[in-house]
Amino acid sequence: MRYSGFKVFLEGLTGNRGWKTAWRDPKPRSDYDIIIIGGGGHGLSTAYYLSKVYGVRNVGVLEKAWLGSGNIGRNTTIIRSNYMLPGNEPFYEFSLKLWEGLEQDFNYNAMISQRSILNLFHSDQQRDAFVRRANSMILAGADAELADEAQLRRELPFLDFDNSRFPIKGGLYQRRGGTVRHDAVAWGYARGADSHGVDIIQNCEVTGFHIENGACKGVHTTRGDVNAKKIAVCVAGSSSRVMAMAGMRLPIESHVLQAFVSEGLKPVLPGVITFGAGHFYVSQSDKGGLVFGGDIDGYNSYAQRGNLPVVEDVAESGMAIMPMIGRARLLRSWGGIMDMSMDGSPFIDKTHIGGLYFNGGWCYGGFKATPASGYCYAHLLATDEPHPVAKEMLLNRFERGHLIDEKGQGNQPNLH
Amino acid sequence: MIIKHPLLGPRDAAEFVYLGDASMIDRPNPNAPDAKEQFYEYGYLRDNPAGEHKELWYHEQGDRSWLVVTRNTITHEVKYVQLARDVARAKGRDR
Amino acid sequence: MSQSHRISGGLIDRTKPMHFSFNGKGMEGYAGDTLASALLANGQKLVGRSFKYHRPRGIFSAGPEEPNALVQLRTGAAQEPNTRATVAELFDGLIATSQNHRGSLEFDLLSIADLAAPFLGAGFYYKTFMWPKAFWEKLYEPMIRAAAGLGNLSMKEDPDTYDKGFLHCDFLIIGAGPSGLIAALTSARSGAQVILADEDFRFGGRLNSESFVIDGSASSDWAAQVVAELTTLPNVRLMTRTTIYGAYDHGVFGALERMTDHLKSSAGKPRQILWRIYSKRSLLCAGATERPIAFSNNDRPGIMLAGAVRSYVNRFSVVPGKNVTVFTNNDDGWRTASDLIAQGVNVRALIDVREGVNPPDLTGVEVIIGGLILDTAGRKALSSITLKNGRKISTDCLAVTGGWNPTVHLTCHQRGKPVWNEDILAFVPGGTLPAGMRVAGAANGVLGLSSIIKSTAETTIEILQDLSFKSKAAVLPVTEDEAQSCTAFWHVKESKKRAWVDLQNDVTVKDIKLSYQEGFRSVEHLKRYSTLGMATDQGKTSNIAGLAILAECSAKTIPETGTTIFRPPYTPVPIGALAGRARGKDFKPYRLTPSHLWAEANGATFVETGNWMRAQWFARAEEKGWRDSVDREVTMTRASVGICDVTTLGKIDIQGKDAAEFLNYIYTNAFLKLSVGKVRYGLMLREDGIAYDDGTTARLGENHFVMTTTTANAVLVFRKLEFARQCLWPNLDVHLISTTDGWAQFAVAGPNARNLLSKVVDAPLDLSNESFPFMACAELSVCGGTPARLFRISFSGELAYEIAVPARYGNSMMDVLMKAGAEFDAVPYGTEALGVMRIEKGHAAGNELNGQTTALNLGLGGFVSSKKDFIGKTLSQRAELNLPDAIRLVGFKAVNPSDALLAGSHFITKGEQTTMENDQGWMSSVAYSPTLGHSIGLGFIKRGHERLGEMVQMVNPAYGIEVEVEIVSPHFYDPDGVLQRG
Repeated sequence: MRYSGFKVFLEGLTGNRGWKTAWRDPKPRSDYDIIIIGGGGHGLSTAYYLSKVYGVRNVGVLEKAWLGSGNIGRNTTIIRSNYMLPGNEPFYEFSLKLWEGLEQDFNYNAMISQRSILNLFHSDQQRDAFVRRANSMILAGADAELADEAQLRRELPFLDFDNSRFPIKGGLYQRRGGTVRHDAVAWGYARGADSHGVDIIQNCEVTGFHIENGACKGVHTTRGDVNAKKIAVCVAGSSSRVMAMAGMRLPIESHVLQAFVSEGLKPVLPGVITFGAGHFYVSQSDKGGLVFGGDIDGYNSYAQRGNLPVVEDVAESGMAIMPMIGRARLLRSWGGIMDMSMDGSPFIDKTHIGGLYFNGGWCYGGFKATPASGYCYAHLLATDEPHPVAKEMLLNRFERGHLIDEKGQGNQPNLH
Repeated sequence: MIIKHPLLGPRDAAEFVYLGDASMIDRPNPNAPDAKEQFYEYGYLRDNPAGEHKELWYHEQGDRSWLVVTRNTITHEVKYVQLARDVARAKGRDR
Repeated sequence: MSQSHRISGGLIDRTKPMHFSFNGKGMEGYAGDTLASALLANGQKLVGRSFKYHRPRGIFSAGPEEPNALVQLRTGAAQEPNTRATVAELFDGLIATSQNHRGSLEFDLLSIADLAAPFLGAGFYYKTFMWPKAFWEKLYEPMIRAAAGLGNLSMKEDPDTYDKGFLHCDFLIIGAGPSGLIAALTSARSGAQVILADEDFRFGGRLNSESFVIDGSASSDWAAQVVAELTTLPNVRLMTRTTIYGAYDHGVFGALERMTDHLKSSAGKPRQILWRIYSKRSLLCAGATERPIAFSNNDRPGIMLAGAVRSYVNRFSVVPGKNVTVFTNNDDGWRTASDLIAQGVNVRALIDVREGVNPPDLTGVEVIIGGLILDTAGRKALSSITLKNGRKISTDCLAVTGGWNPTVHLTCHQRGKPVWNEDILAFVPGGTLPAGMRVAGAANGVLGLSSIIKSTAETTIEILQDLSFKSKAAVLPVTEDEAQSCTAFWHVKESKKRAWVDLQNDVTVKDIKLSYQEGFRSVEHLKRYSTLGMATDQGKTSNIAGLAILAECSAKTIPETGTTIFRPPYTPVPIGALAGRARGKDFKPYRLTPSHLWAEANGATFVETGNWMRAQWFARAEEKGWRDSVDREVTMTRASVGICDVTTLGKIDIQGKDAAEFLNYIYTNAFLKLSVGKVRYGLMLREDGIAYDDGTTARLGENHFVMTTTTANAVLVFRKLEFARQCLWPNLDVHLISTTDGWAQFAVAGPNARNLLSKVVDAPLDLSNESFPFMACAELSVCGGTPARLFRISFSGELAYEIAVPARYGNSMMDVLMKAGAEFDAVPYGTEALGVMRIEKGHAAGNELNGQTTALNLGLGGFVSSKKDFIGKTLSQRAELNLPDAIRLVGFKAVNPSDALLAGSHFITKGEQTTMENDQGWMSSVAYSPTLGHSIGLGFIKRGHERLGEMVQMVNPAYGIEVEVEIVSPHFYDPDGVLQRG
C-alpha cells in the first residue's frame, strides 16, 4: 500500500477502514538464504537494502521482542556526518546522503529534518581540532562551516555568552545535520523490507548457533530451529551475549547511556547544539520536547537505566550553555545499552566462523549510521566484500594496529 | 550506587572512577613467545557478561585505592568489594 | 463572579483571601487552595486546549495526574510553562495564563484541527508531507512545530536559584496518606531515623479529600493529630511539598522539595532543593490514581474524575458544578454522590454501568443501574449527557470513575514489572523492586481504609525488625473498610464519536484501534505510534484503559498484553533544579595558580586551561593587541630573561626503594640508572602503544623522584600510576603523592636566567654550568631559608631553570623573581609566549600528543627502549602502527613568508586533488615566530622525516585558504640545543 497525502485524505473520508497492517506477522520458516538476528534499526535496514538493492529476498529477521525495541527506539535522534578520520567520515557521509533520500525511497515520513548541528568550542586547542575536522569533512564531500562568536551571538542569542565558565568562542556547523523521528525509521524499513518479501519475525529469540566444522548453518530460537546460508548478527546491546554463544569474545563493553526529554514547549531551539566543555547535546522534537543527553554513566551495565550523578551532570551542562531552560521540566529519562568498542568505532565484518557475520560496536553513535550500516552490511552479506566506505570497520583491526580512534582515548571503551 | 569500600565503608559511587574488567590486572608476560597475541587479548577482548562482573573502580575522591568490585551488571547489586592490590597479590603478580 | 462555586467547610483558610488572575481576569481564592480549586471556585471551567485538536479543556483531576489544566505561571523571566493547576498552590498575586492556543483561549484559531480530525488519526503524519521533498523543512515541519509544543519558555535566564542536599535515614516513607502516616507513627516510636515525604503541601493524602471517620473524628482531623505528634519527634523529618521523583540504585532516591513555589517571590531564597536521599529501607505509600471511562466526547470541561470532585467538595469546599452527574463502574463512585448530597449539591443522577448492584439510599437522586453514557454536549463547558436510551440529562459536571490504579511508578524505576491483579482489576507492584523498598496501602493494591492501616502497620514492624529496631504494635485507630467492588469496564463500546483515552495527546479509542489495525500491536508500538501516554502526565490516567482496549482488539487478556514501563521522574522536575548551583561561572570550580594575585595586579589576561585559570599574556599599556604582548614576551625572554608560572604541570612525588624500577615500567626510556641530582625527559605510552604523556622526572635521592606531567593529564597520569602500583606491580615498594598543588613552580628562562637566580638562591648552591649543568636538580633554599627545588630544564630552548617553592610562597616568589630580574628587564610571560617558544623549539604538546599518535609519529622513537618492558611496549609494535608511510612530526613554513599558517589545515601533495584519498596529514600547531619573523607550524605528514625541503599544499577549505608550504625540521630555533646547555 502506497502512502500519500491523497491516500490519507481518502481514508479520512471513509473512516480510515482501508489501512492495512504495515508489515506481516509471519511464522519463521525452516530455511532462509540469510537470517538477520536483531530487528532493530540496523537489522531492519540491512534487510531492506538486501532485498531492495541486492535482490536477496529470502531473508528472515529474528527479533526477540518487538521490532524497533532496541536503541532505535530510545536514542536522541541526531543525524550528522561530522567525523574526522578517513575510516569513519566517508561512511557517515554516505549515511547522511542515504538519509536525505530515505523517505521518498521507502515511502514513509520519518521526519528527517536537516535543521543543522552545531558543536560549540571553548578554547583555541578545541578550535584547532574542529578546524581539522571541518576540513576532513569537506575533503570527504560533506559540508562544514566554522562560525565565530559574533555569528553565534546573532543566531543563538539565548546561549550564555557573557557569564559562562568556559566562554563560547565559536562552533562547527554542519547544516545538513539534524534529527529524525527515530521509531519511524524502524517502521519505514520494516514496512519496506516486508513489502519485498522479507519475513520479520517478532518475539523470536535466538538461543544458540548451529555450528559445524567451523561453519554456521543456522540458529536455535524460542520458535524452533532456523537454517540459513548466512547468519548476520546485528544486536546492539546484546553483542557480547549473542556472540558468546558462538564462542567469541569481542572488543566491546556494554554501558548505559541515559537520555532525557522535557515537557513540550513552543519552538525554542533551531537545530542540534552540543556543548564543548561538558557533556550535553540537545535538540527540540517536532512535538516540542527538548531531547537531550550527555555522557554514559561509565560502568558496565545491561540494566537499561542509570543513576543520578549523570542526570545532574547533564542538567548542569545544559544550564551552563543555555540557562533559559531552567524552568523547563524534565519529563522522562531512560537508558539504553551501548556496545562501546575499544576505539569508539564500529564493526561490519565476517567472523572467523564460516557464514557468521557481525555488525556492532556502535557505541552511542549508531542511530545516525542506520542507513549506511544496513547498506554496507547488506553489501558484505551479498558480495562477501566490504563496502568501500566500511572497509576499515574490521574486527581484526586491533591485532593489526589499525585504530579508528576519533577521540584519541585508546582501549578504554567508557571514554569513547 | 553505593560501593562498600573495604577500608572506608559505604561510599557513593560518584567518588570513584571506573576502569573496566578486573582482568586488566592480568597483564601478560611480555617475554612469553605469544606475548603479542596475549597482549592483544588482554588489551582488547572482554567477556562483558550480563550478570556477575568483577571490575576495577578507583577511589579518586577518597583514599586512591583501586578496588575490585563484584557487581551484577543486570541489577547493579554489589556482591563484595576487595582491594585490588590484595587481588593482584593473590593472583601471584611477581613484582 | 466572586467565588460563585464556593461552599462552606473544607480545609481552606477563609481568613487569608488571596487575589490572583487568570488570563488577565482578577479572581479571589483562599490560603489552602490550589490554582485549580480557586479557578473552580470562581466558576472558571475552560482552562486550556488539548495538544493536537485544540479542544477546549477544563480541570480533570485534583492531583499530579492532571492531563488538561496546564497553565503558564508567573511572568517575565520567571514564566513557567506547563504548570499543572491542580498542584500549583495558590498565593496572593499569582498570575496564570492559558497556553497552546492561537488567538484567545475561548476562540483558538488552531481548533480548526478538530474539524480535520478524520484526516489526523494515529500516525497520519508518517504517511504524508513527503512531497515535494524540499517542502518538509521549509513548510510542513515549521507549521507542525509552531502548532505543537505546549507552553512558552521566556527565553531568558532562569532568575531563581536552586540548592542541592544529601539526606541519610534508616527509613524513608514516600507519601503521607493513611499508609504513610501509620508507617511514620509506628516507626517514629521505635527511634529509627525516619523521613516522611509528600508532594502535597498538606499531609494526609486522601484523608483530606474523603469524608472518612477515624477514631470518631473526621479523617482530616485525625491526620492533623498524627502530624502534630510526629512534629514533636526529633527522629522524624517531615517534608511536605517534596516529591520523591526517582528510585535509584542501592536505596538512593531523588527528591524535589519546593521551597518558594507557593510564594509570590523567592526573595533570594532557593526556589527548590534537590535532595539525594540515602535510605536503608523505604516504604512506598503513594496511594492510587483514579482512572476514567472513555465514551464519546468525554473530554469536555466539566467532566472530571469522581475522586477529584470529592477532593474539591470536601477539602477545598468548591463545587465543580451546580448539577452534578456521577458515572461509575464501581462502588467508590457511590460515595461521590453521597458526599455531594451531604454538602448540599444537587446530584442529577448516579449512573452505574453494572447491572444488579444496590447503591445505598441516596435520597432524591435518580439511580440508573446498567446505564451508559453515549455522548455529551457543550462546546466550552458540559451542558448535557446522552444515555444509551437516547435520553438527555442536562448537567454541568460529570464525575467519572473507572476504578483506581495503584501508584506503582517508583517500583518500576529499576525495571520492576507490575503484575495484574484480577481482584482489583489493576496492576500492582511486581518483579524486582528497588533495593530496600516495600510497598504498602493502596499503592500495593490494598483497598479499604481499615485494611490499609492494619497491613501497613504490620509491614512497618517487619521493616523495623529487619533494621533491628525495637518496635511494638501500636494501638491502631478504629475505622472501616469502604465498599470497593469494581467491574472491568473501560469504554462505552456503543460510542460512535471520538472517545478520549489520553486527554492531553488527544488519543482516542479509534486511534488505538487504528494502531492495532495497522500492525502496531505491542504496547510499546501502540504507545509510540499513537502517542498514548507520552504527554506531560505520562499516561497516569490513560495507560490502563489504552492497554485494555488494545487487549480487546487482540482478544488477549490485559496481563498477556503487558504494560509499558514507568521511568523517572514520577512527575516532571525543572532542569534548573537538577543543575543546582553549578551554572554560570560556578559551573565548575576554578583552580588558580599560586601567582594569580601577582598576575592580576600586573595586567594578565587569563585563559581557561581545564579548570585552571592561567595567565595568557601580560599586556602593557602601549600594546595594541595580544600579538604585541606575546611577541614582546618571547623576544625579551630570548634576549634576556622571562618568568612563567608553570605550577599547573602535574607533579607526582614518588618514593620507595623500588621507585626507580617502577618508573622504568612507566616510561619508555630507561630510568634505573638516572643519577641522584639529575633530571631526565620521559615519554609514557598507553598500554595500547599510543603516546600518552611526557614530562621530566628528577631524582632527588636514591629512593625519591619527582615526576612532572602535562597540565591536561596530571590527574590521569596519577591515576594510571596508582593502577600500575596497586594492580600490575603490587609488590614494589613505592608510594605516590600528588603534589601539583603543593609546590608553586616557575620557569626562569633566557640568557640571564642564571644571573637572576643567583640573586635568589641561598649559598652554598653553585649555579655555574660546571656544578649545576643542564638537567641537574637540587633541593635548596631561597631568600634566606625558604625551602625550594631547582631543576635545570628548558621548554623554551633557552638557558632555563624551573624553581619550585611551597605553594604558599608562590605569589611572593613571583614578586621576588621579578624584582631580582628588574636589572635584566625580566618579563613575566604567559601561555601564549610559552606556546610560541615551544613551537620554535619543535616540542610536542597537547595538539600533538592527542591520543592518536605514536612515539614514531612524534619523532620520539629514540626514547623507546628495546631492552626493557614498559607499559605499551608490546602493542606499540603492531604492524600497522609502524608502516613505512606513517605520519611524522615535522616543521612547516610558508613559501611566501607573509602567508599565515593555520592549525587544522590538511596537506596535499603538489599537483594532487584536494580529496580525502590524497590527504597527507594535518597542521597541529602554528605560531607567529617573532624570533624568525614569520609564521611557523608543526604538523604531521606521511614520511615527513624523508621529505624535508619538499613543497606541499596546506589546504583549509573550511576557511577557503590554500598556501604552499615547505616541509622543514621541527626545530626552528637552536636546533642543536647549544643555548639550553650554555
